[in-house]
Amino acid sequence: MIMEITIVRTLLSILGITLVVGLNAVFVVWLERKVAGHMQYRLGPTEVGPAGLLQTVADGLKLVSKQIIFPRSADTPIFILAPIICLVPVFVALLPVPFSENIQAHELDVGLLLVIALGLLNTLGILLAGWGCDNKYALLGASRAVAQILAYKIPLLLCILPIILLSGTFSLREIVVAQDHSLWFALYQPVAFLIYLVAITMETNRSPFDFAEAESELVAGFHTEYSGMMFSLFFLAEYTYMFVAAAIASVLFLGGWLGPFFPGPVWMLLKIYFFLFLMMWFRWTFPRVRVDQMLSFGWKILLPISLLNFLLTAGVMAAL
Amino acid sequence: MNRSYAKDIATGLASLLTGMKVTMTTMLTKGHTVEWPREAAQVPLMFRGHIQLVANKDNGFAKCIACGACARACPSNCIEVKGAKPEGAKKKSPTFFMLDFTTCSLCGLCVESCPVVAITFSRDYALAGFELQPFAGMDLLKDVASPFVEERNDI
Amino acid sequence: MFDSQTAATYNLETVGDQENDFILNLGPQHPGTHGVLRVVLHMDGEYILSADPVLGYGHRMQEKIAETLTYTQVLPYMARMDYLSALSYNQAWVCLVEKMCGYEVPRRAEYIRVLTTELNRISSHFLWFGAFLLDLGAFTPFLHAFEDREKILDLLETLTGSRLTYCFFRFGGVGADVDSVFLKGAQDFVDHMRSHLASYHDLVTGNVIFQERTRDVGVILPFDTWGYGLTGPVLRGSGEKYDVRLREPYSIYPELDFEIPVEQTGDCLARYLVRLQEIEESLNIIEQTIAGMPEGPIRSKVPKIIKPPEGEATMSVETPRGELMIYAVSDGSKIPYRVKYRVPSFANLSIFSKMAKGQLLADALAVLGSLDLVIPEVDR
Repeated sequence: MIMEITIVRTLLSILGITLVVGLNAVFVVWLERKVAGHMQYRLGPTEVGPAGLLQTVADGLKLVSKQIIFPRSADTPIFILAPIICLVPVFVALLPVPFSENIQAHELDVGLLLVIALGLLNTLGILLAGWGCDNKYALLGASRAVAQILAYKIPLLLCILPIILLSGTFSLREIVVAQDHSLWFALYQPVAFLIYLVAITMETNRSPFDFAEAESELVAGFHTEYSGMMFSLFFLAEYTYMFVAAAIASVLFLGGWLGPFFPGPVWMLLKIYFFLFLMMWFRWTFPRVRVDQMLSFGWKILLPISLLNFLLTAGVMAAL
Repeated sequence: MNRSYAKDIATGLASLLTGMKVTMTTMLTKGHTVEWPREAAQVPLMFRGHIQLVANKDNGFAKCIACGACARACPSNCIEVKGAKPEGAKKKSPTFFMLDFTTCSLCGLCVESCPVVAITFSRDYALAGFELQPFAGMDLLKDVASPFVEERNDI
Repeated sequence: MFDSQTAATYNLETVGDQENDFILNLGPQHPGTHGVLRVVLHMDGEYILSADPVLGYGHRMQEKIAETLTYTQVLPYMARMDYLSALSYNQAWVCLVEKMCGYEVPRRAEYIRVLTTELNRISSHFLWFGAFLLDLGAFTPFLHAFEDREKILDLLETLTGSRLTYCFFRFGGVGADVDSVFLKGAQDFVDHMRSHLASYHDLVTGNVIFQERTRDVGVILPFDTWGYGLTGPVLRGSGEKYDVRLREPYSIYPELDFEIPVEQTGDCLARYLVRLQEIEESLNIIEQTIAGMPEGPIRSKVPKIIKPPEGEATMSVETPRGELMIYAVSDGSKIPYRVKYRVPSFANLSIFSKMAKGQLLADALAVLGSLDLVIPEVDR
């Protein structure tokens, strides 16, 4: 009996996650194009569906129907594997994300650690993509992506640690529950919140830190040689990754599903899309940072401040 | 902590926020997009479309006297004119007036060189197609502009 | 905030191992080169060891074509070289022929010429502004500049009939007269731009990322500027106050009151600031021409077939990119014997390989963007 429940639950989770990934991609790409359009005195997509909502579906269909071109000198197995390695971890990373008290694919005691660990795999996918297709632009893009990991990952972790201290758990659900009785953690940890925001922008390769695919420098960076369905997998991975990062941010800092009037999932989605909108806002406002500037920004500004913030938090908590 | 270090971060952050304010204001103002082809575009009087022959007010035939000045003025040789003198008429009239629009650069030298102001620019702006042929050989005698096209300054 | 100076300069002597170097073809189809420019980069990682521009993908034999056409027929070809400042090219050619033949130009025509050329200069700088920021990875300024550029194009379209490749000036005058609607539109545009330029500075100039990306990047020393024949904002960004409108005045420029903006530092930021100040100065010039627009004819009497007397002449004008000089030799027939164009983009590109040496790839593209190249003009 328990066995059967587990199977049903697993199937439902897979279905749910696939739905979230698919619908999120359709919506976020549309939103991004609308936001970009209106920030630039344009309209964005208007033709397919109401207000252009189905534009992404049309684009997706076009991409699926296109030929996948394999460069002659590409390392074919790696070339094929790279987009899959990019996409699969973000699927798995959605497992422990709670959308309300009961809507969660799988409750894990170490949910946060799982998400952080899976986040690193994305860079592996980018590295493989850059290496596998034997293109210099792609290789440069991939090497940039690898070079920046530590510069954002360590500040990112140092921003999460104070939250762990405050809530005393690694479970994403418990972290939200801990915020039920107090204020949202963003108010206790404004510095960590800001740095986390910058770090996830770096982590998801979004402008102004998008030099892994810097268009004006590297044509399309690591996915220069990818076309058709394989390109859209990268695209899907990127937008899902943004979704996961935003979901974790709202769980850690803005109290997840908590909020008055509306049911939990609505609040959760509102907060997630608030973060996604912020990231779009960044992208359509700022020029791109240079690689070495981003590294020194990570090491010289983000790291010391987040470390200081963590030590301060730990000290205050020990004193209380 | 170094004072300029903190100050740099503060001014940097402030400058980023100023930039974000600009994009947000833009987002809340309306753009000026003309949703062509759902809306018609506004074409100014002086618009230079492909050239067109102007008709005579009296009989509706082309005003052209087939002198060939336009063909000689054209820097890219895209006009071909042939004319003949009909019996009893004082002036020549064109029997063949072909424009190769694929090489035309819309410079307007033909319009300017015409001694009888028989050529004008059309205001047809939707000049795109999937085939070369309608543009490579445009028979201007087939589509003569009305003699009452709005008067232009010059050109 | 960061030591961009030390980070951006690569010590070329430490490059011992040839194994890790590679050749990267930047272009001819690359989003960062704005056209069919190809740069062969010899790189070590992200650092550029040497950069060799390869030209000629857009070569159309403009000088040879000019030897086969009459003086009037050459005029439309002018707009095809530098399509962003077609009116400056128009002006150079008509002034040259007027100089050779000794034609008079009515004052009203001169005012219209200056008014439209300065509008064209602003629209060219707007496009450069957008393209430069695109090189730096910002998309939005591009379309913000285009929104304002559109206003100029609409305005010029009502007067000249075209939006980009104008063929508007005529020997001894201009093609069409301005009316009060056009003048009012131009004045409205000036007023609008005066207030709206502040948003450009808010969005871009003050931005810390932009400042870090452009300050001390691609420095051109005053010593180099004359050796490489640099002109225009690239030269003025290095502290040289040279502008053809000031040094070899033509048309009505001596009567107008305007400044030549100069910056001292010679980096990408200086070139950027010079161009933005030039937009403001052009606005001043436009306002003065609108206020002082005299009445009178717009064209003087000029023979239909133009046959300049035997001899040669040169004419220099200041295009948005720098000094354009046209040299023509007449043998007394209606077709020029020889025409030579000295184009600013070509000379400005020549310093690129020197500046790119030892730079990061990202910086090299910023430098390329700050030179404001128009590739059809380079290749002709």
